[in-house]
Amino acid sequence: MNVETGIAKIETRDLDFYYGPTRALKRVNVSCYKNRVTAIIGPSGCGKSTFIRTLNRMNDVIPGTRVEGTILLDGKDVHAPDVDVVELRRRVGMVFQKPNPFPKSIFDNIAYGLRINGMKDKRKLEEVVVRSLRGAALWEEVKDRLDENAFALSGGQQQRLCIARALAVEPEVILFDEPCSAIDPIATAKVEDLIETLEKSYTVVIVTHNMQQAARVSDYTAFMMLGELVEFDVTEKIFTNPVNKLTEEYITGRFG
Amino acid sequence: MKQARRKKIAQFLGFFLLRAGLTLVLAILLLFLYDIGRKGGGTISWEFLSQAPRKGMTEGGIFPAIFGTFLVTLITAILAVPLGMCAAIYLNEYATQGRLTRLIRLSIRNLSGVPSIVYGLFGVILFVNIMRFGTSVLSAGLTLGLMTLPWTITASEEALKTVPNSYREGALALGATKWQSIRTNVLPYAVPGMLTGTVLGLARAAGETAPILFTGAAFFLPYLPKSLGDQFMALPYHLYIMATQHHQIEQVRPIAYGTALVLIVLVLGMNMTAVVIRYRLRRKRR
Repeated sequence: MNVETGIAKIETRDLDFYYGPTRALKRVNVSCYKNRVTAIIGPSGCGKSTFIRTLNRMNDVIPGTRVEGTILLDGKDVHAPDVDVVELRRRVGMVFQKPNPFPKSIFDNIAYGLRINGMKDKRKLEEVVVRSLRGAALWEEVKDRLDENAFALSGGQQQRLCIARALAVEPEVILFDEPCSAIDPIATAKVEDLIETLEKSYTVVIVTHNMQQAARVSDYTAFMMLGELVEFDVTEKIFTNPVNKLTEEYITGRFG
Repeated sequence: MKQARRKKIAQFLGFFLLRAGLTLVLAILLLFLYDIGRKGGGTISWEFLSQAPRKGMTEGGIFPAIFGTFLVTLITAILAVPLGMCAAIYLNEYATQGRLTRLIRLSIRNLSGVPSIVYGLFGVILFVNIMRFGTSVLSAGLTLGLMTLPWTITASEEALKTVPNSYREGALALGATKWQSIRTNVLPYAVPGMLTGTVLGLARAAGETAPILFTGAAFFLPYLPKSLGDQFMALPYHLYIMATQHHQIEQVRPIAYGTALVLIVLVLGMNMTAVVIRYRLRRKRR
């Protein structure tokens, strides 16, 4: 496929994924460019969530699954024996579909990732918490109640808290797995704005089944169906002049 | 119109049956507690709680039995609590879920249904004979521990299952190791439930007679157990003797009822402790 070349932060080569005997990904080749937003779209069950979860090896925890093919992060195979999956996940952060704050205070939620990595310095922790909350555009709303339980926040705030929590460990890539499907339109707009600002410092991959969202926030779009990559191109091209007939039918809403 | 009326009657009947069921169960329980309380209440005194039986167990108190029950329950806890929790954590968090784990789980469920007298017999063979602990408080405690294990494992596993998977995944996605995610983001939320289930299991063990019958409980002892190798008196066994084996059964009936009351209060107290622990820990998390 003819795509403008940048620096590929993540590259998949002939990526296959199996849940037991079921093949959920078929020879997927996608590049996620540095400081760009890559959107993965496609109908439900097309494998887009499976795909994004292979990138930080979150699927490792599901029993009976198997990966074939290669995933390169900065040109290095993430399944190489000398790759520490824990370190990989710190570098490649993830925000899940449903906001999943931990039942701790707002402060402790953000500090969690640092603390498990052995950070004890109180001042440094505070500094990172503030910076992360600002980075996730949540600081103004919570600055007076960092000790409150994160469950007291609204759904949209919880999702931004999860983004802040991911930012706190200073990842290089952030994966968003349908981050707005469980929150309301106003909160969605905030998260989308946020994703656009995150692009400056991070590589972003976002799974969404909201096509407008993909068109609004992403630079590149991959369209998947039945576990296969149908088309991958610059977002504008996908939405104005797709090559594949299936892509055209999907984005014009004829199925999905 | 007619249809709506019929639906209402059906609903009324349904609720009535459910309410009647609950009331009946409660009534039986209360009646039972009232009976024991009325017949045993008069016996309870400081002397009864703090002294040893006298004159062929027709007078005096039941202190050795209370002490023995505490001691044997402590040994039970030392075996069953950590082992049960560890097994549950392994089974729920680490073990590959498959046919083997299903089989193990099924076996554990089945073990919790094995009659306690069978555990007693097993304890005699394993602890008293093979391991040569003799008929002792140690053998009895270990036997009770084995009996309690399936309960603590099951209860602990249920508690772990109530922790949402998103806590585990969320932690892993931040670069936590599996153990870190379990220790910092699963156990703190599962421990109240684990403790509750465990204490309930221990309360059940404290009231058991059959497993200690052959393994360490004594009919009467003039002294308190001084080491783990000594025999001991226990409340449930004492009650059994007072109710069925004593040579002056009519005369010691109040003592039997008093013993029963103490035993029930003890078990009830442990159950209440479990509830309080859970409530406290839950509130601390909020």
